[in-house]
Amino acid sequence: MASKNINILVKIWRQNGPLAQGAFEEHALKDISTDMSFLEMIDVLNEWLTRKGLEPIAFDHDCREGICGMCGAMVNGTAHGPDKETTLCQLHMRRFKDGDTIVIEPFRTQGFPIVKDLIIDRSALDRIIAAGGFVSVNTGSPQDGNTILIPQHVAEQAMDAAACIGCGACAAACPNGSAMLFASAKVSQLALLPQGQQEAKKRAINMVLQMDKDGFGNCSNHRECENVCPKGITIRNIARLNREFMKGSFAIDH
Amino acid sequence: MTWFIQTFKSSLGKKYIMAITGLMLGSFLVVHAIGNSSIFWGREAFNAYAHHLHSLGIFVTFFEIGLYSIFFLHVITAFYLFFENRKARGGRYEVWTSAGGVTWGSRTMPYTGIAIFLFILIHMANFHFVEKTEVFTISDYVTKVLTNPAYTLLYLVGLGMLLLHISHGFWSLLQTLGISHPKYDEPLRIVAWAIAAIMGAIFILVTLLMVVSRNQLL
Repeated sequence: MASKNINILVKIWRQNGPLAQGAFEEHALKDISTDMSFLEMIDVLNEWLTRKGLEPIAFDHDCREGICGMCGAMVNGTAHGPDKETTLCQLHMRRFKDGDTIVIEPFRTQGFPIVKDLIIDRSALDRIIAAGGFVSVNTGSPQDGNTILIPQHVAEQAMDAAACIGCGACAAACPNGSAMLFASAKVSQLALLPQGQQEAKKRAINMVLQMDKDGFGNCSNHRECENVCPKGITIRNIARLNREFMKGSFAIDH
Repeated sequence: MTWFIQTFKSSLGKKYIMAITGLMLGSFLVVHAIGNSSIFWGREAFNAYAHHLHSLGIFVTFFEIGLYSIFFLHVITAFYLFFENRKARGGRYEVWTSAGGVTWGSRTMPYTGIAIFLFILIHMANFHFVEKTEVFTISDYVTKVLTNPAYTLLYLVGLGMLLLHISHGFWSLLQTLGISHPKYDEPLRIVAWAIAAIMGAIFILVTLLMVVSRNQLL
């Protein structure tokens, strides 16, 4: 598609600090190339703000190629914007039309306090990982690659779950502010493989309890999460977590 | 015992309570719908069904106590979940657009739930907590209540709420209990919808039959 320039109106959330009162700020942007990524559009806005001597918009980003999980915001009410399986950095301005108003808000949920503007504190996800998202067997020196044989379809499923980049879009999009899709992906990637199965039951319990402690909500099976996940992680993983938690609750030996 | 408390205090434990009590209430509804179907064979058949049911004596009482317990467990847990989830949402979005997940059913679960609760109270006041005699039987009560246009409308709305509630509830409880697989996830959704629709159709037909037949119920 040939590139062209569009004029847009950006309605963006500004908030000075975690406890500060936030509000929307409007900026009319002219001549935005449709070849720009969404974050480049914010870069342009920030350069303009800086030249004016105003405070630039704070937003998280790192790789800008959709694999790190740092970026993310609600674009017109949808986490990571309107494209499926796309992070915010991979969303492009060609997705918008001349004259569009774009509303940009930070990911909101009780578990993610706002740090500043669009930056949120996602350390709750790290605490869920720390509660059980690991394998605590002594691995010793590296084994030969194929000593533990894993069928291809199992490896694929584990890899699909492991594709989670922890961006938090699932919890942000969830009407209940639940991080079940995240927790279920982290439980699944290990529960599917022999090395992770030993601790699967205990892991499921510890991660769910930590998720509750951090103020995330309860899953109502709305399926919003899987529809905004930039890595296409499905709620089949949530069903697996539900099974693992049940086994852990009713059939654990210690 | 600590594991038991820990399990049912957790978010997932509460969802298990919702799923299991929901399944039991759903099963009761199926039986209720089948029982009510006897009205299609006329008032004699319907009265006979009610009579047979009540001749179970003490078992009816046991069953009632069980059903009340399950019902209130479902309602109380739902209130917990509703307030927890509202708190967890942590502020509403200025703009929120569905990415394609929520349905009418899923979005309105707490509200249809409350509507069904009120509907059941009215329903029980109409038919359960009334004195049935040899002269004025349950059939007479059903005819009397359902031919009243206000009640006809109320029952149709109430049943609509019920349908909406279980259109999400049936599939959701299976997912919560971990019964999900790409092989049968979509068919299960359709089956859940079909069960809800068939059950709803029976109840709605009973209501409409009363209106159409008026006092000429056989």
